[in-house]
Amino acid sequence: MIRLLDQPFDPGALLTDFCRDRAETGAVATFTGLARAEAGQTAILELEAYPGFTEARIAEIAETARARFSLDDLMVLHRVGPIAPGEPIVFVATAARHRRAAFEACDFLMDYLKSRAPFWKKETGPDGTRWIEPRDQDHADIARWETTE
Amino acid sequence: MARVLLFGPLRDLAGWRERELEPVPASVHALRELLAAEDPELGLALAGPGVQVALDQAIVRGDAALHPRAEVAFLPPMSGG
Repeated sequence: MIRLLDQPFDPGALLTDFCRDRAETGAVATFTGLARAEAGQTAILELEAYPGFTEARIAEIAETARARFSLDDLMVLHRVGPIAPGEPIVFVATAARHRRAAFEACDFLMDYLKSRAPFWKKETGPDGTRWIEPRDQDHADIARWETTE
Repeated sequence: MARVLLFGPLRDLAGWRERELEPVPASVHALRELLAAEDPELGLALAGPGVQVALDQAIVRGDAALHPRAEVAFLPPMSGG
């Protein structure tokens, strides 16, 4: 399941739902990303998406992960709109027969979501507003998966 | 009537997020020229590194013809999670 959401969510409740009714899944891994306050520099984070296109691109990334790691299931939930420090921004869950695939698929999904999913992130704090560009580290994170293909 | 969408920093730079154009420029290239003629700073930003173009929600590389109800989006470098 892939969903964009404009309000806070409870990662624990999502995990509980995700684990329900699974007879053959041996491993569920999750990642929850939280908005950082950056020592008071970020009062509010704002995430913009391109409705329809953003979900479709995430679905492509998800299908790649599902095939590559032989996943039983996966879930990606991403916030849009204004987000306060400490609130969850993104939740990824992966289900597989064994733990390695679940861990790796979760890592893979997050690396691709960081710099290949159509989101734009703006930070507003005491010094004004700035758009956040992908960092070199984000590109290096993706390169890891492309070289081991 | 074609729709043009700007995202992220492009939207702030231009001061608009969405516009409808009539007559419809013949191509993505012609659209870029039209926007750059009106706002040279935006024109430069649209040609900047990492800016992708989506036509009807599919990424296009290079030029492409625009149909009368085309939706063209300019997508600066993405940053999720």
